[in-house]
Formats: sequence, structure tokens, C-alpha cells
Amino acid sequence: MSEPILKVEGLQAKYGDFLAVESATLDVPAGKIVSVIGANGARKSTLMETIAGIHKPSAGKVTFKGEDITGMPAEKLVLRGLSLVPQGSRCFVRMSVEDNLIMGSYPKHARARVKESLDFVYQLFPVLKEKRHQPTSSLSGGQRQMVAIGRALMAWPDLILFDEISLGLAPAIIKDIYARIREINAGGTTVVLVEQDTNRAIRTAEYTHVMLKGRVVLSGRSKELGEEEIKKAYFGL
Amino acid sequence: MTVVIQMLINGILLGSVYALLGVGMSMIFGIVRLTNLAHGEFIIIGAYGSTLLSLALGVDPILTLVITVPVMFIAGVLIQTVLINRVMLQGSEPALLVTFGLSIILKDALLLLFTADARHANVPYSTATIRLPAGLHIAVLDLVVFAISLATILILTLFLRYTYMGRAIRATSDDTAAASLMGVSVRRTYGIAMGIAMATAAVAGLGVGMRWTFYPSSGGDYLLIAFGVVVIGGMGSIPGTLVAGLIFGLAQVIGGANYGMLISYLLLILMLAVRPQGLFSK
Repeated sequence: MSEPILKVEGLQAKYGDFLAVESATLDVPAGKIVSVIGANGARKSTLMETIAGIHKPSAGKVTFKGEDITGMPAEKLVLRGLSLVPQGSRCFVRMSVEDNLIMGSYPKHARARVKESLDFVYQLFPVLKEKRHQPTSSLSGGQRQMVAIGRALMAWPDLILFDEISLGLAPAIIKDIYARIREINAGGTTVVLVEQDTNRAIRTAEYTHVMLKGRVVLSGRSKELGEEEIKKAYFGL
Repeated sequence: MTVVIQMLINGILLGSVYALLGVGMSMIFGIVRLTNLAHGEFIIIGAYGSTLLSLALGVDPILTLVITVPVMFIAGVLIQTVLINRVMLQGSEPALLVTFGLSIILKDALLLLFTADARHANVPYSTATIRLPAGLHIAVLDLVVFAISLATILILTLFLRYTYMGRAIRATSDDTAAASLMGVSVRRTYGIAMGIAMATAAVAGLGVGMRWTFYPSSGGDYLLIAFGVVVIGGMGSIPGTLVAGLIFGLAQVIGGANYGMLISYLLLILMLAVRPQGLFSK
């Protein structure tokens, strides 16, 4: 395994007194695609939001590119090269497609490259160029996901966390978005895919982590993990 | 017919000032999700600032904006970051109470500093009039204040639409968590939004000082107008604020001194019943 770009050790996250993530430990090797799978309620999203600085962890440690980033807020993590594409895309619905994308280049280091970044995103998702002046509220679910992915790419991150990117999308759109994710990874960006769709995630990712009720219960190379082993970890059998 | 056109002209000129009174409050409603009960006092501070500086420096009150706008911008940033951001962690109600307390403190401080005497910003063209065909006329003072109001709203609109900070403010008003994922510091953005709101209050205060007399206790009257304009226009909508200001202005002119306020607030009640989100809010 190559040097991890992201290292999560015993991470714990709470909502008030409720312990959402009990203890999550996982490594993300640089330049790879890693999947985090688990059933609904496995707290995958909470883990991603805690890593990305939306939630403050109550215990544990997160290291990104060798730096301790535990509890660092999201706005500082983007500057360091860590981006999250949140569940449900969360586009700025009152803003146009292009304004959403330009918001992605808000970090100072990305502003100088805004034109180049827009060209890159429009090349990746040509439909966004056609609809660049439209408000994102007028787009389909798949197109909103494209905006969310493009917006994250505008900051030129080293690591992108995709949280349930296929949720509620038609299979043809999912296939297209996954093809784009492979392209993004081929360009050198490390990718973490959080998914309920186990088969697709395992097929795409070189490494897989399985979560159950706020804990990472199984980790390994996707090809080496047995189907039965994954099923047991996924359902807690 | 001439009377109707004259009323329209007067209503539009008055409405532009009303829009200016409401624009800062609308921003804070839309972005920080806060009802700023001290906005009326901010406007009166702007009015005192322009009036007293123009007297002391012997310049046209408009030129005092060079000082009042940046000073009030900085004051707004400080009030938000030092005072309001801290209590906002406990929810919006404590923040509302802070602005209420701030309103009382500022009103009493103004009374202590400047007494209850009426003030007015004097300009040499205060009685000048432009005569138009068909017996129509426009007061130069009203036209100048109209131009200042429109210019302020236009600059604010361009700022929000085309600058990174403007986009960050709009993004924050849409979704704070998603904005922070873009690298936006929500607390800093709130501070800048309050700074801009206070800067617009400085300009609105100039308009108030030039058109009307004012006292330390006048803030409440202007807060009510601003509130009406914001609710009719739609919280957080700048074009909505402009249109609502013009509607309020026309209602005032049509109703005159006796029924102007009555018509305006009947419109407000009607709007709350029929379209509570306002004209332009989605």
C-alpha cells in the first residue's frame, strides 16, 4: 500500500449525547480510489462530514498529508486540498450553474486558475456549459450532482470525498458519473466513495472499508475481500 | 392627469429612500437570518454623522459619505463578530435580544450626546425645483437623494453578483455548511454582511438627514418602514426591496399625511396573508 494521504484513527463523533460514530479507523492511500460502504444508518455520512470539518470529532485523530487536521473547520481543509461532495449535492439553488462552479474556486490559490478550471469542468460535463446561466434549481438530480462534483474540482483538491453520489439517480447517469470519477482519479486526485451500492463501489475502488453502526468493521483490498465476508460485515451477521 | 403623474413622480422619489432604508435590513434577514432591531438607530447614527461632519468640515453632506460609510462598515463588522456571532451559537432569539438591547443603548447614547433637538442636513439646493412641462415639477433635493439611493442599490447588486465576496454572501444565505465546504468562513461572512448593512444605513441616514428632520428617537419610525419594505419585497431580495420601497412610497403619497401609513401597513398585512414570503422571495 502506498503512503496514506488520509489517516483516520479511532475517530468518534456525537450529536449532543448521541454517539453517532463510535470508533472509525481507516487509511486512504494517495492516488487511489477507496470506497466506504455500509447499510443505511451505518453513519458513513457523519464520518465523512467529521473528516471534512462540518462536525467536530469528540475523540480520535485525523491526519491529512502528514498534518494533524483533527477538528479543523471545513473552510481551512479546502485550502489544504481536501474537498467533500456532500450527500444530495447541496448546490446553491438560487445561484446559476456557473456561479456555483466559481464558488468552488473561492480559495485564494484557485482563483488565479478559475478560467482553466471552468474549461476543465465543462470538458468533463459538457451539459453544464450549455446550462451555465441557468439556476441550479432548474437542473435534474444528475446535473446537480455534476455541478457539485465540478464545484469541488474547481479548488484543485488532492483528495475528494464523494458522499452517496449515486443516491436517487438513474442507472445511466450513475454510470456516466462513475466514468467521470475514474477520469478525475486518473488525473492524480485521490478519491473516497461513500456508497450503499456495494457492488458498484467495490468494482470501482481498489480498497474498501465496511462500516456498521458507526464503526469500521472490515478493511482491505477490494479484490481480496470475499463476498460472504463483506455481506457479514455489512449486515452485522 | 397632471396630479396623478405628479403623485407617481413623488411616490417613486420617496420610495427610493424607503428601499434604501430597507436594503441593509433585508441583507441581514436573508443572510444572517436575524431581525436587526437596531437598524433604525444605525440609520440615525448615519444621519447624525453626515449632518455634523458637513457642518464641521463645511462641505456638502454627500461628501461625508467618504468618512461615514467606511467607519460604519467597520463598526458593523465589529458588532457582528464581537457581539452577535457569539450569541448566535445559542440560537436566533438571543441575537434578536442583543439587537433590541443595542437599539436602546444607541438611542439613549444619541440622546445623551446630541440632546432631543431636531436636526437636519442643510444643502444649498434644499428649495430648488426643476420645472417640467404640463405644470409638473421635481425638487432637486429629492432627485439627488433618489440618485444616491439607486446608485447604492446598484453598487450593492453588482457587488453581490460579480465579486467573490458577494457570491460567498449569497452562497452563505443559501447553505452555510455547503459554503464552508467551498472555503468560506461563515462567521467572517456574517461580519462583512453586517458591515455592508451598516454602510447602507450610513447612506440611508444621509438621505433621511437631507429630506427630513430627525431626533435620537427617530430610529423606530425608520425601522418600521424598513421592516415593511423587507416583508413586502421578500427577505434577502435586493430587487424585491427596491420594488417594495417604491410601492410603500406610492402608498404614502396617495394616502397623504393622514392615510399614508395606514395604506402602507394595510398593504403589509395583505402581503403577509396572501404571499408571506414577499414579492421576490422564492
